[in-house]
Amino acid sequence: MTGTLDRRAAMATLMQGRDDDLLVVPGLGSTTWDLAAAGDNDRNFYLWGAMGGAAMIGLGLALAQPKKRVAVITGDGEMLMGMGALATIGLQRPANLAVIVFDNGVYGETGGQPSHTGAGVDLVAVARCCGFSTCLEVADLADLADLAARLPRLNGLLFARVAIGPEEPPRVLPERDGAVLKRRFRAALGLAP
Amino acid sequence: MNVSPPVWPDRLFDAFKRAGIRQVGYVPDAGHARLIERCRADADIRAVALTTEEEGVALAAGAWLGGERAALLMQSSGVGNCINMLSLMRSCRFPLLTFITMRGEWEEFNPWQVPMGSIVEPVMKLCEAEVLRATTPDEVAPLAERAVQQAFGEERVVAVLLSQQLIGKKVWVK
Repeated sequence: MTGTLDRRAAMATLMQGRDDDLLVVPGLGSTTWDLAAAGDNDRNFYLWGAMGGAAMIGLGLALAQPKKRVAVITGDGEMLMGMGALATIGLQRPANLAVIVFDNGVYGETGGQPSHTGAGVDLVAVARCCGFSTCLEVADLADLADLAARLPRLNGLLFARVAIGPEEPPRVLPERDGAVLKRRFRAALGLAP
Repeated sequence: MNVSPPVWPDRLFDAFKRAGIRQVGYVPDAGHARLIERCRADADIRAVALTTEEEGVALAAGAWLGGERAALLMQSSGVGNCINMLSLMRSCRFPLLTFITMRGEWEEFNPWQVPMGSIVEPVMKLCEAEVLRATTPDEVAPLAERAVQQAFGEERVVAVLLSQQLIGKKVWVK
């Protein structure tokens, strides 16, 4: 089921007015470009690889920084590759973690081949079964505004599927040296580089 | 035959505590059973049961981003599941401290353990990991100390292989 929300506008809405306590891990590919387009920030840990790893990076970060809020914002293909992570996160239930999937039902980065979600796999139902306390379908602007309002006061494990349209806007490429991204992220948290 | 439980898992646990390890990812494993039990019982360590070992690689990266030290416990077969995710550690110079219980190398009854067990060392070296191996109980604690220093001091992947000889062969007929 393809959606209608504009991915760049959706990311901008979620990042609007973000504070220093929000740490964001996008998945490789389009969600990394979306996050970069919404404005660079030292508290973004862009992924250029490690497909299937975004949610688990988010878990390790959320457990290490319980006073911060962590948003993993990834695509359906990236989430499908690491779907077991939803079960692993469901067992740990960190209250400061949100896993948000921009779902267009296709692998946009490789030419738009259909993904499993496009054929009916329901990631919201998967997250619910795995023990996420709040599971949201974000289908329109009102749903998106609700999700954006929840992010600054996250108080329980949250999963959201954002039904984005199939458009592939021009790439906005952030820093791609992983060691640089790691060091600036840690420095922003006051950690030794 | 000596039937008392081995002490090396407790020495490994002591090394974790000295090193300030706060997150331990694991896939249930007979060789690591005692160490997993100790980690699960410790109030300052978050033991994270994984569905597949590569999750533990990404977990360790996230932990380090947030200022915590993690370790990953797995069996030799798990190494194969980790390979692409290890590129995350190399690309970003993340530390990874992993302890691998070996199968398929000493009095192995199950031949299906041999194909992966036999290539753990070269595969990890290709991934630019430092590979250390403990074959006797006395070697475990000093190697663990060295591995901690290298992993977190040099921000690199360090794998300590725990030989099947050290762990003992799996009992198939009870």
